[in-house]
Amino acid sequence: MTCDLLVTYSLLMDDDRIFKALADPTRRLLLDRLFERDGRTLTELESDLEMTRFGVMKHLRVLEEGGLVVTRRSGREKLHFLNPVPIRLIHDRWIDKYTERQVSALANLKSELEETG
Amino acid sequence: MTTMTETTTQVYQVFIKATPEQVWDGITKPEFTAQYFYGSVIDSTFEPGAPYLGWSSDRTQQYVDGEVLEADPPRRLSHTWRALYDEETAAEPHSRVAWEIEPQDGGITKLTVVHDRLEASPKTALNVAGGWSFVLSGLKTLLETGKPLAG
Repeated sequence: MTCDLLVTYSLLMDDDRIFKALADPTRRLLLDRLFERDGRTLTELESDLEMTRFGVMKHLRVLEEGGLVVTRRSGREKLHFLNPVPIRLIHDRWIDKYTERQVSALANLKSELEETG
Repeated sequence: MTTMTETTTQVYQVFIKATPEQVWDGITKPEFTAQYFYGSVIDSTFEPGAPYLGWSSDRTQQYVDGEVLEADPPRRLSHTWRALYDEETAAEPHSRVAWEIEPQDGGITKLTVVHDRLEASPKTALNVAGGWSFVLSGLKTLLETGKPLAG
């Protein structure tokens, strides 16, 4: 396999990276924090978690490799944004319009039961 | 239930197996946009100051109102954005959408959509939050397979 093909493979066939990124409770917590308020610095994210700066950086890097977090510079700050597109791509690949209705009906039922329960 | 708060900039990114020129055509040519952009026909000359309008496929209803701010084909497009398909978003001020197109190795193009200036448009921020993922997924499928998403 040539280098070009490897790059293509890693950029397009990144399902493994997405699932790897999601397969950790701290990383999911980081995504939840960004969902609540997007565009945060490492320092802001770090103060939210009981973890070393290095630990948070490591998790953010895995999330970036999975494409779930995108960073942008704003002046001297590096801001972290939640990128939901890779999850949408997985959704569109495996769930068609017909099953989507059933899935969302089940998801609604689940949240109703959990709210009243 | 978690709700999104204080979100004034949203960033969406996708890698597409296509050239920057193809991605540019995908976001500027109405025959493409009609196939993935909630059926919207995008209507603009893509010159700074020109209107950026989105219409229903039969062009009887206007969905989006905006103005082109920057156009540097096939690298960067930015325009203002006011969604007219919803009364609440139509009542809010214009926000801004920027499309950044960057070639990568291996015939891949990185497309980043930044939707900002949403400080005074909280309804718009909520409204577009799920929409951009759907739109970019549809654009990727269309450019890579030549067909719109199923359904």
